[in-house]
Amino acid sequence: MGIDLIIFTVLSAVAIASALGVILSKNPVNSVLCMITCFVAIAGHYIMLNAQFLFVVHLIVYTGAIMVLFLFVLMMMNLNADIEPQKRNWLKYAGAISGGALLLVLVAALRDASVPAIQSGNATDIGLIKNLGKTLFTSYVVPFELSSVLFLSAMVGAVVIGKK
Amino acid sequence: MDLMTSFDWSFVIEKLLLISAVLGLSLLIAMYSTWGERKVAAWIQDRRGPNRAGIFGLLQPLADGGKLFFKEEIIPSTANQFLFVLGPSMAMLTACLTSAVIPWGDVLYFGDRAVTLQIADVNIGVLWIMAVVGMGVYGIMIGGWASNNKFSLLAACRGASQVISYELPMGLALIALFMISGSLSLKDIVEQQRSGVWFVVLQPIGFLIFLICAFAECNRTPFDLPEAENELNGGYHLEYSSMKLGFYLFAEYINMFISSALMATLYFGGYSFPYMDSLGLSPNLVTILGICALFLKTFAFIFFFMWVRWTLPRFRYDQLMKLGWKVLIPLALLNMLITGAVILYRQNGFN
Repeated sequence: MGIDLIIFTVLSAVAIASALGVILSKNPVNSVLCMITCFVAIAGHYIMLNAQFLFVVHLIVYTGAIMVLFLFVLMMMNLNADIEPQKRNWLKYAGAISGGALLLVLVAALRDASVPAIQSGNATDIGLIKNLGKTLFTSYVVPFELSSVLFLSAMVGAVVIGKK
Repeated sequence: MDLMTSFDWSFVIEKLLLISAVLGLSLLIAMYSTWGERKVAAWIQDRRGPNRAGIFGLLQPLADGGKLFFKEEIIPSTANQFLFVLGPSMAMLTACLTSAVIPWGDVLYFGDRAVTLQIADVNIGVLWIMAVVGMGVYGIMIGGWASNNKFSLLAACRGASQVISYELPMGLALIALFMISGSLSLKDIVEQQRSGVWFVVLQPIGFLIFLICAFAECNRTPFDLPEAENELNGGYHLEYSSMKLGFYLFAEYINMFISSALMATLYFGGYSFPYMDSLGLSPNLVTILGICALFLKTFAFIFFFMWVRWTLPRFRYDQLMKLGWKVLIPLALLNMLITGAVILYRQNGFN
């Protein structure tokens, strides 16, 4: 058993356990913390694939920004297990059925999909920031520029709204 | 057996030693920063400062640490037990993580083995620091919320929004720096400054923005609103006692040390110093002098942090937000624009 496989197994176990924790824990704050753990474990998978830029952006955007906002809202509204409203029965059935349907779709898709062997470790360097930047600024320059304008306008918009 | 052979054990041991050295050094420096803080405060306020324990009060940090260790550990009965302990641990963890990508020196030669004095030279170095800084807010938020105290919660919310707000101009200031350096690896950035000029000359506005944001990210005066004791009874660590409080206070000093080292690395040449390649000394000696130069610059920044703390009053909260969103972000965007224009002009003139 190589070191790659050991790390992969540990990361996957952490990711799955914490993902289960997100849905199983009663306290919303614990759910958010489990989700953060899950994101960090997935970021670990990115680094195993040598996708360094994706790894760090995943950490910055998801664990650093979005989950902080989640936690912020939960803490400000002080949601606890005690005040969680009891869900109706039909809601539970609807959830179970739609979840099961999604599982069916995923299994069906996986059955037909051809899974290429994943190159391990440093065999690929497509995820390095230099290669990624070159691809973004040559093949995909228009969508990239458009989305950057969108982000800039969102940022300026936040300032403008804040000024009112 | 396969595992044993697939490893370059000397590499692992080298990195482990380096990690222990860097961690030990950050802890030691953070410890003596508390002493330095009090000495600087005393000097600015025309007092003597700690002078009872040891010569010049040098044993004072040990006495303080011992005091924190032996104090009674109290976990409030209404607090969330697990998260209450997790908060300070997270604060400490994220404070220590950033040191991984800072190049503490050039290459040291032991016989024919070259040891790079950097734990991880990854080509996303600076982004890693941004990521860890972004996660640093969890320590404050979790601790503040788990205390189940409204003052702690208010302070935690202040801290979180402050860190998020000041991350933006910090990132934008860094983008302008990357446009010049063309690399995100801290080692590359230092090497470029070694052969050229320090980036503070090329990026004075960027440096100023970064400096202000560093103050805000470290929760230092004049931006220490999360621990404004006259408004919040003490801040996010109000309910903490014993070493858990110590962890929070300690994490702040580690953060200060690391951000000082980072500013020295990004804008003041890191381990390079003027004429380091024309002295004609042996490479190892130059490396050691370089480490000394980096620490000299770092200590200068730490002193600056303290100097500001004992000189300026605290900002009001709305002023803080106004400064972050309405002054620093537009300024950083403008800085980026000008940098881009100059780079473009230098590449192909007005064609």
